[in-house]
Amino acid sequence: MLSTVETRKETNVNFEVIHGGNPVVEIDKLNVYSKGQHILKDISTIIPKNKITVLLGPSGCGKTTLLKCLNRLTDLYADIKVTGSILIDGEDVFDARKDITAIRQKMGLLLQRPYPLPMSIYDNIAYGLKLKGIRNKKIISEKVEKHLKEVALWQEVKDRLKTSAQRLSIGQQQRLCLARGLAVEPEIILADEPSSALDPISSRVIEEEFIKLKSDYTIILVTHILRQAKRLADHVIFMYYGEIVESGSAAQIFEDPKSEILKEYLRVGH
Amino acid sequence: MTLRRKYEEKFFRGLSFLFTALIVFVLFQIIWTIAKKGIPSLSWQIISQEPKGGFYFGKEGGILNAIAGSFYLAVCSTILAFVISLPVALFMNIYLIRYQRLLIGIRFFLDVLWGVPSIVYGAFGFTLLMYFGYRNSLGAGIITVASMITPIMIRAMDEVLKTIPIGLQEASYALGSTKTETAYKIFFREALPGFATAILLAFGRGIGDAASVLFTAGYTDYIPHSFSEPTATLPLAIFFQLSSPIEEVQNRAYAASVILTLIVLVLSISARLLKLKK
Repeated sequence: MLSTVETRKETNVNFEVIHGGNPVVEIDKLNVYSKGQHILKDISTIIPKNKITVLLGPSGCGKTTLLKCLNRLTDLYADIKVTGSILIDGEDVFDARKDITAIRQKMGLLLQRPYPLPMSIYDNIAYGLKLKGIRNKKIISEKVEKHLKEVALWQEVKDRLKTSAQRLSIGQQQRLCLARGLAVEPEIILADEPSSALDPISSRVIEEEFIKLKSDYTIILVTHILRQAKRLADHVIFMYYGEIVESGSAAQIFEDPKSEILKEYLRVGH
Repeated sequence: MTLRRKYEEKFFRGLSFLFTALIVFVLFQIIWTIAKKGIPSLSWQIISQEPKGGFYFGKEGGILNAIAGSFYLAVCSTILAFVISLPVALFMNIYLIRYQRLLIGIRFFLDVLWGVPSIVYGAFGFTLLMYFGYRNSLGAGIITVASMITPIMIRAMDEVLKTIPIGLQEASYALGSTKTETAYKIFFREALPGFATAILLAFGRGIGDAASVLFTAGYTDYIPHSFSEPTATLPLAIFFQLSSPIEEVQNRAYAASVILTLIVLVLSISARLLKLKK
């Protein structure tokens, strides 16, 4: 336990040197309990701007829970208790006085499976825009086109924008969900194993999108696939049983792991 | 496989087949009996006219009063129940999603209400009627039937909403929706095909029930023109005519049964078709 804390301090110092500060997300002493279980233990870390940060670790280590804390989707679950603070651009997500819908709009979410809204392809993207108060049809149409092009879906769907989004293939649906999230102009993209249900080609498309998008967005990607992490990560947070074991730049984590657990994970993961 | 397991397999398969066949047989027997006795008495006159003088002794007239009354009653009470059920079912699945223990309690109570015999609702409605000093009327019948079918509709809608994956809810919130927007713009649309079944279930119970309207809606030979007038209903038309010693009148009860069965059947099939089309 003690060594973990030390590692974290050490890597944070390194992190400051490498990324020159400017964090978007600051997590401080985050603890999550559910039904008597301590799911996240004293998590403190920072997530750098315009980088892909990968939350890496075996299944059940708390990666998804950490991700869902960021936009307070933990509100949905029974018996979850959260303490500590998460600052997004200096705003505390858990501050009850803050408008949670506005905070959530700063983050686009991509889940393990795509969940298109029960409406047309066009309306899936227009929905978020309308929530932001955009009513002008011309602007909405332009944005729909722009974001569908951004995720390389426009060519495939431009002739059937008014058909139900639920008829698209699962890979197309996931790209639509990405476009939908981008349309509300978030700063951060939260992605929870976004390619786990996809075929190799669709998941490659999603990965390529992420690499293109990172110049404009901060991406937080949960994955347990080591190869994917290596392909995409700039910054890595390695978790094990609800704790951050190690974090740092991709090079640091993959080439010079400190803890035995991470070494083991990197060895077995190949 | 040992001989014992082989016979065991045969025995239970035979048993399942037997009982399935029995159920189907009984269903067809019911429809057959009603059809055989009812269809000969079914005429344009019976569905297009109100009872005339001497109708209950086998003379001129029809049961349009009961057909129209049942239709008004069932449609209005289904609409009323829907208006109440929709917010409740959405509230349970959106706002109370964190309070699973409370939800178990609410579902339990609704299931108990579902199981309460309709005569109890009738008695309740009657007490209410007496208290406010009203008489038997279409309005009172609507309120009584609505309170009887509301728990059914809520639970049926609730079962549909329960199947919506939590991921859709998360996706909706992540886009910045409020809870109300998630409920009425996302969940409502997603559950709409399933709601058709919920509505139909409640409607079927409403149109077919006799006990709840016995004390509250009353009975009359005329088609009601306002909510304060009493109204006839098909189940009561069946009940009264079947109690008659005159065979002609009895057969009209079967004709009324055929009509009632047809209404429910047509609605049921059209709801299925609607769902398929979706």
